[in-house]
Amino acid sequence: MAHTNYAYAVARIRANELQLFSNQLVEQLLATKSYDECLRMLLDKGWGDEAAAGIPTAEELLSGEREKTWALIGELCEDMSPFDVFLYANDYHNLKAAIKLVCTNTDDFGIFIKNGTVDCNRILNAIKDRDFYELPDPMRAPAQEAYSALSQTRDGQLCDIIIDRAALEAILSAGSASDNSLIQKYAELTVASADIKIAARCCRTGKSLEFLRRALAPCRTVNVTLLARAASEGMEAIADYLEGTDYAGAVSELQKSASAFECWCDNLMIQSIKPQQYEVFGIGPLAAYILARENEIKTVRMILSGKLNSLPDAAIRERIREMYV
Amino acid sequence: MSTLGMALAILGAALAACLAGAGSAVGVGLAGQAAAGVVTEDPNKFSKVLVLQLLPGTQGIYGLLVAFICLSNIGIIGGAPAEMSLVKGAMYLAACLPMAIAGYVSACYQGRASVASIGLVAKKPDQFGKSMIFPAMVETYAILALLVSILAIMGVGNASF
Repeated sequence: MAHTNYAYAVARIRANELQLFSNQLVEQLLATKSYDECLRMLLDKGWGDEAAAGIPTAEELLSGEREKTWALIGELCEDMSPFDVFLYANDYHNLKAAIKLVCTNTDDFGIFIKNGTVDCNRILNAIKDRDFYELPDPMRAPAQEAYSALSQTRDGQLCDIIIDRAALEAILSAGSASDNSLIQKYAELTVASADIKIAARCCRTGKSLEFLRRALAPCRTVNVTLLARAASEGMEAIADYLEGTDYAGAVSELQKSASAFECWCDNLMIQSIKPQQYEVFGIGPLAAYILARENEIKTVRMILSGKLNSLPDAAIRERIREMYV
Repeated sequence: MSTLGMALAILGAALAACLAGAGSAVGVGLAGQAAAGVVTEDPNKFSKVLVLQLLPGTQGIYGLLVAFICLSNIGIIGGAPAEMSLVKGAMYLAACLPMAIAGYVSACYQGRASVASIGLVAKKPDQFGKSMIFPAMVETYAILALLVSILAIMGVGNASF
């Protein structure tokens, strides 16, 4: 009866999905007149810690919501390893932060993301002691390479591309190892969209073909050799290349801006996880819930920062993601 | 009297009770997990999900009923064991099989349908009436099997072999 696993977990997720924000509710948030009003509306909807005194800051509210999601998933699953793929980006961010802190001899000023598969103190201590064997196997070689690159050349960008590529490879490898189609799709889309964003950014900043080849992580739906060559030729060449891929629909968004393209990718992911609302067993609905919450948190972050900076509603709406429910 | 014939008839009754009961246990257990998940989040939905959890339990009762009728017909319950040939025993066994097999399979699948309906009630409690219909449809086939088994046992009981 392996195919009937997670009946309890999925039922709890179904009940929790009632609390997820719909597109209509996001519109209501957008219609609030100020940052404070938006924050109050979020608190009324059950966001934040009821026991906490006073109004939290946006960052406290958002990180609190992320912690609630992972606490719920932790309660539902004894083995959290199928969901590690969603946390690898945090791990590699922490690795990058640790290397930069150590190489620049700076104290930690709260740049680590607590929610990862590896404790951030363990990463920091491993880098401080140059004891790379303390790190998990897939992190060792990129950590060593990035540390050497930064300490010898002081080239922060080189350090970034080494770790970012390692993060993408870790995500893709976790996706390939998973037997869940949603996780496979997530990994593929994450890597492909990151490659396209890197290619577009490198094209705009005039990076060399060698740099592009080093930065792009190979995946199934994007031929990185062709993409790198196209990026070295110009934006038109990238658009021409993408026309023949699964990401043809993203060309117009990519030409608008990187954030419009990112929004398109997030919406594509949400559309592909929507069928999980009708699944009754397996980890698919749980993984979809994690992605839906991340999407919701990202959208609320956009709205709050837009309100805080008094951006016009139209500018915020451009960045608003489609909701899961 | 053939001892083997009597053994086959008892085996039929045992299969009807055991397989249908096992199917119900699987179905009710599965639906129970989902029901517990919903009640964890919203205890007010207890009565609704309880009904859905119980639906796959009926096959176990049907299996028990078929086993009782069979055991009663062959005289194991309420009288002395009747004279029975090997052929008659085998026919009792065959008569019990529809309830045993259809009971097991339908209970397992009804459990899955109940889990899906519990998910529906979790999200849309006002659709409880409709949510009951989906698992109840599976019940049809258990009832058909019950009828066939009862008619067959009665027929075998009246026949002379």
